[in-house]
Amino acid sequence: MPLKINNHPYDLPGDPRVSLLDFIRREAGLTGTKKGCDHGQCGACTVIVNGKRINSCLTLAVMHDGDEVTTIEGLGTPTEPSALQQAFVEHDGYQCGYCTPGQICSATAMLDEIAAGMPSDATDDVSGAPTLTDEEIRERMSGNLCRCGAYPNIVAAIREVAGAAS
Amino acid sequence: MKPFDYLRAEGLDLASQQTAPDGAMAIAGGTNLLDLMKLQVESPDTLVDVNPLSMDQIADEGDGLRIGAQATNTATANHARVRSDYPVLAKAILAGATQQLRNKATTAGNLCQRTRCYYFTNIDQPCNKREPGSGCGAIDGIARLHAVLGTSSECIATYPGDMAVAMTALDAKVEIANGDGNSRTVPVRDFHRLPSDTPHIDNVLEPGEIITGVTLPAPVGGTQLYRKVRERSSYAFALCSVAAIVDMADGRISRADLAFGGLAHKPWHDPRIGELLVGEEPSLALYDKAADLLLEDAQGYGENDFKIPLARRALTATLCEATGVEA
Ligand SMILES: Cc1cc2nc3c(=O)[nH]c(=O)nc-3n(C[C@H](O)[C@H](O)[C@H](O)COP(=O)(O)OP(=O)(O)OC[C@H]3O[C@@H](n4cnc5c(N)ncnc54)[C@H](O)[C@@H]3O)c2cc1C
Ligand code: SF4
Ligand code: FES
Ligand code: FES
Repeated sequence: MPLKINNHPYDLPGDPRVSLLDFIRREAGLTGTKKGCDHGQCGACTVIVNGKRINSCLTLAVMHDGDEVTTIEGLGTPTEPSALQQAFVEHDGYQCGYCTPGQICSATAMLDEIAAGMPSDATDDVSGAPTLTDEEIRERMSGNLCRCGAYPNIVAAIREVAGAAS
Repeated sequence: MKPFDYLRAEGLDLASQQTAPDGAMAIAGGTNLLDLMKLQVESPDTLVDVNPLSMDQIADEGDGLRIGAQATNTATANHARVRSDYPVLAKAILAGATQQLRNKATTAGNLCQRTRCYYFTNIDQPCNKREPGSGCGAIDGIARLHAVLGTSSECIATYPGDMAVAMTALDAKVEIANGDGNSRTVPVRDFHRLPSDTPHIDNVLEPGEIITGVTLPAPVGGTQLYRKVRERSSYAFALCSVAAIVDMADGRISRADLAFGGLAHKPWHDPRIGELLVGEEPSLALYDKAADLLLEDAQGYGENDFKIPLARRALTATLCEATGVEA
């Protein structure tokens, strides 16, 4: 079965060494997804696979037979941005923008995790449902580093969309 | 990354045979193995993808719970019974890595993750674990992350994970299949080994053995805590961590199952600590004695000397929180 990226099917690469990140950028030509560290440490490569956010640098493309990948390009377009894309623009949730695609993919999946009641390290009672405080947003987004330090505005953008959703 | 053959596992016994030869390795989430392959710390010539074996179920087993080898860390931490009956496990997992990594990280991969020693991950440095006989760079070098308990003159690395520390406190068991249709069970407490003079061997898995799951015993209740001390408040490995299951009856401690991360080559469990605490009234003096026992043979290596007082304070703070003693 092919691998689907933003609903478009692609044949798996012949060389098993190709990471999902390199496949997205080079084979699919979707350069919105960024390579920061290539070692799972920065989150710039975050994409959504079958509804879950992952670091695309630490997985092989050949391991994604039949999977559905969503990248920043699949979330919205400049004329029809997603709610989070719009909120990042309005709140200035970036400076250089390098981490932004990963931040937005991550935040998109994070709002689904909250809606599904998943706990985090910031949740006082792991057996109960979490409430989306700023502390929860920061903990849940800790896998996305921002060298420019746009964190307060990133949290503000996410808070706004989360508030609208709840 | 060096070239390798990629095989999809087509059955447990076959996967076991395929991973048995030198140079062949299982891959699950890939979050540790691919990281190390990019650094050429690991250079397998064959990767056997165990994901097609679908060992990801989490299901009741008697009064306990069986967690499949490939259940993701997210699935485990989010499981209703883990959250209500084994909260120390949910907390330990959630204290590790990030949501993106936990979405890929698996039970088996997490148990088998390798040390974060900076000499181990840099192929230009000496390291007995990576290259037996080449020496240990850390022992007289940068050793902030390193062990203070159970070290050897060959290696002072730590097992870096969080999940297994909680599993050690819970006395969970690892289920291992060996390819002849047979399987064995090893307590998590005995799964990782001390470095001794063979630091290249992290755990008791033999070539070709595949982890199929981890079973948790019937829930024991009590107060369950996971305290992780690290350089920043999220997304960092433990300098020291404490998993605690503590219960009280009639003003006395009736249960104290404790395990420690970041201090040794394995999640550290010292049965004498539970024996000391159970039956006693909680007090700071008692917790000090528990820390004396824990750290009786502790040895620092310069940069990590701070871990000895840190472990004492982490243990005391955890016990105080669990028993309502003013710290
Ligand atoms: C930036 C970063 C931060 C992290 N922080 C933390 C942290 O704070 N706490 C923490 O605990 N962890 C942390 N981790 C580590 C992470 O938890 C591990 O990488 C992950 O759990 C490994 O699981 P995996 O399924 O991806 O394993 P893989 O990378 O697929 O495999 C790891 C090892 O397990 C073996 N293996 C896999 N499945 C089996 C099986 N069924 N039978 C036998 N052997 C098997 C493989 O052969 C390999 O040797 C971090 C990782 C990164 C990259
Ligand atoms: S502590 Fe162990 S892993 Fe680190 S350099 Fe020494 S031998 Fe290698
Ligand atoms: S590029 Fe994947 S986490 Fe940094
Ligand atoms: S905006 Fe520059 S790294 Fe985040």
